[in-house]
Amino acid sequence: MNYFPDEVVEHVFDFITSHKDRNSVSLVCKSWYKIERYSRQRVFIGNCYSITPQRLIARFPGLKSLTLKGKPHFADFNLVPHDWGGFVDPWIKALAKSRIGLEELRLKRMVVSDDSLELLSKSFPNFKSLVLVSCEGFTTDGVAAIAANCRFLRELDLQENEVEDHRGHWLSCFPESCTSLVSLNFACLKGEINLASLERLVARSPNLKSLRLNRVVPLDTLQKLLMRAPQLVDLGIGSYVDDPSSEVFSKLKAVIQLCNSIRSLSGFLEVAPCCMSAIYPICENLTFLNLSYAPGLQGNDLTKLVQHCRKLQRLWILDCIGDKGLGVVASTCKELQELRVFPSDPFDAGNAAVTEEGLVLISAGCPKLNSLLYFCHQMTNAALITVAKNCTNFIRFRLCILDPVKADPVTNQPLDEGFGAIVRSNKSLKRLSLSGLLTDQVFLYIGMYAKKLEMLSIAFAGDSNKGMLYVLNGCKKLRKLEIRDCPFGDVALLEDMGKYETMRSLWMSSCEVTLGACKTLAKKMPSLNVEIINESEQLEFSLDDRLLVDKMYLYRTLVGHRKDKPEYVLLL
Amino acid sequence: MVLKEEPKSPESDVTSMSFEETKLTLGLPGEGRSSAGAVKCSAKRGFVETVVDLKVGSSGNCMPGGRDDTTTVIDSGAGKPPPAKEQVVGWPPVRSSRKKAINERFRYVKVAMDGAPFLRKVNLQCYSSYNQLLKDFDNLFDCSNKEESKLMDVVKRMEYVPTYEDKDNDWMLVGDVPWK
Repeated sequence: MNYFPDEVVEHVFDFITSHKDRNSVSLVCKSWYKIERYSRQRVFIGNCYSITPQRLIARFPGLKSLTLKGKPHFADFNLVPHDWGGFVDPWIKALAKSRIGLEELRLKRMVVSDDSLELLSKSFPNFKSLVLVSCEGFTTDGVAAIAANCRFLRELDLQENEVEDHRGHWLSCFPESCTSLVSLNFACLKGEINLASLERLVARSPNLKSLRLNRVVPLDTLQKLLMRAPQLVDLGIGSYVDDPSSEVFSKLKAVIQLCNSIRSLSGFLEVAPCCMSAIYPICENLTFLNLSYAPGLQGNDLTKLVQHCRKLQRLWILDCIGDKGLGVVASTCKELQELRVFPSDPFDAGNAAVTEEGLVLISAGCPKLNSLLYFCHQMTNAALITVAKNCTNFIRFRLCILDPVKADPVTNQPLDEGFGAIVRSNKSLKRLSLSGLLTDQVFLYIGMYAKKLEMLSIAFAGDSNKGMLYVLNGCKKLRKLEIRDCPFGDVALLEDMGKYETMRSLWMSSCEVTLGACKTLAKKMPSLNVEIINESEQLEFSLDDRLLVDKMYLYRTLVGHRKDKPEYVLLL
Repeated sequence: MVLKEEPKSPESDVTSMSFEETKLTLGLPGEGRSSAGAVKCSAKRGFVETVVDLKVGSSGNCMPGGRDDTTTVIDSGAGKPPPAKEQVVGWPPVRSSRKKAINERFRYVKVAMDGAPFLRKVNLQCYSSYNQLLKDFDNLFDCSNKEESKLMDVVKRMEYVPTYEDKDNDWMLVGDVPWK
């Protein structure tokens, strides 16, 4: 390849698109490193503290699309205190100062301010796509700035963010000249919007393919929007409540029949079950259905709907569908690849909605299943072993038994054997979340069999350091390990310190790790940041090294300690 | 004293009953344990569900034909922090936005009609007006006396009158407060 001019090599690299492959290519030789870096347009940074924006800009001057992730995953479950970090502001400031022609920014679990959004909107004339997932810190004023200033905006996708809603004007900030929208998702916003503005916006967006509305958009507006945009591929419905005998509802039924491009349906943030029949005509073509935010749809309503969805590949649903409902899914949705069953009553384990039975039915009926997130009230080893026999293609297997340390209710045994069967038969498993009563044995199995495992989440499991050691020693591809409330301590933490350089991060909370061990680790491994989160009253960190650390988060980094840590974080 | 006849007027019924029998306690229907019911009702942070056991004319003296028929809607009490159920921080691992959404959107209330063998639950989010709600009561309870449930003055007519108990434990006539 060195006999070819750079332009030819670069052209070949154009066909190499995955981040992993491009990273590998850049390591082959100096010449390839150079060609690769100048031609690189998309960069993914899994931990915003592993590198600085300045170094990013220096290495990839042709950057067009940046993905950044901030807080650790357990921040989703309130385990990370407020103001921990993950601020996007320094990144946007640095990019704005540079000559980077940023077109796309995707952020996950980051803190975003209105000022950052405004700066973003004014600094990059070709900016096309903003995707914010589980972010916080901004208001609809920031969203308004994006709408107003990004002249060629194609995508504004707000997923599950905490946004302070200043009511309504942001949507009217899209100028009349903005006709480029392809994707608009504001389902997570709580406030009122100007419905007439929305209708006009949709009317002048001929390329609009994806539209996800928030709860305040009523059914009659939905009907008008669908009239304007029958070409939609992805629809998120806001409010879906009306009297089925009304004229508006008849109009909706008629217009839905015209929307035969819809492949993805979500929302129903407010729903009257009697209106669901209008949806049946488009169910046939659906590949993705997300009813996990739809209250008030009981098992029967869900089952009736699902029976029409024979081409479904991904289903997100609440557990009120019940085991029987899952049986209907199993016999109808033969193309199903991904299933997520969420709890409709997270605090009350009394209303048994789905159990191991539902999962077994799914495993038997859906041979293509490769991704599972399943909240249930109980699980048995027998069921998991059956699932493992039926399904050998799992890439993601996340099981959450709502009662954290629940044993197999039939045998009263831990669930070691069940999960062991899963990892043994699913050789491509990349992500695993465990729950239920578990001993060190399950970790022995994971270390032995889960050779492709990249992410592991553990809670209330294990007996001793051996558990954690089995995993660290056996899972060669491990990148992210997050542990809470397990009896793992210093011995496990310090056994193979070099291992953490091969991983993105390790989280341990309410375990048995001491301050002294963390200090040792930090001292021996300068390429790691070891952070202690100490929320208790005592800010005296020069305490006893024998003190048990409440929360520890460590990650590899090229740039040393971060400068923006809050007071309660100790960087060792 | 419990009336064995079937008087149609709720008002006359009320006045002829002893105070003890009009006393409302918390608990699941038919069960004596009101304390557990109380715990259950407030045990859900943010969940708007309160259980009221209508003990008017019941407690062992219940006879299908011998009770006043009122449809009652149990109002949601303001979400109080859970006293009894200990909740582990961050468990189950459900995103806060999802937890909030479910809490906000499930507004289940129990509906009891005297004479009906069991209670029903309805999700108030599914209705956009009182009329819709009342229509659904007809469907749920199959009232044999299917008068259009107009909201009338209690004194005047002997009809089914929807009432509910608010968080101050007062019996209120449905319809005074705007739907939202």
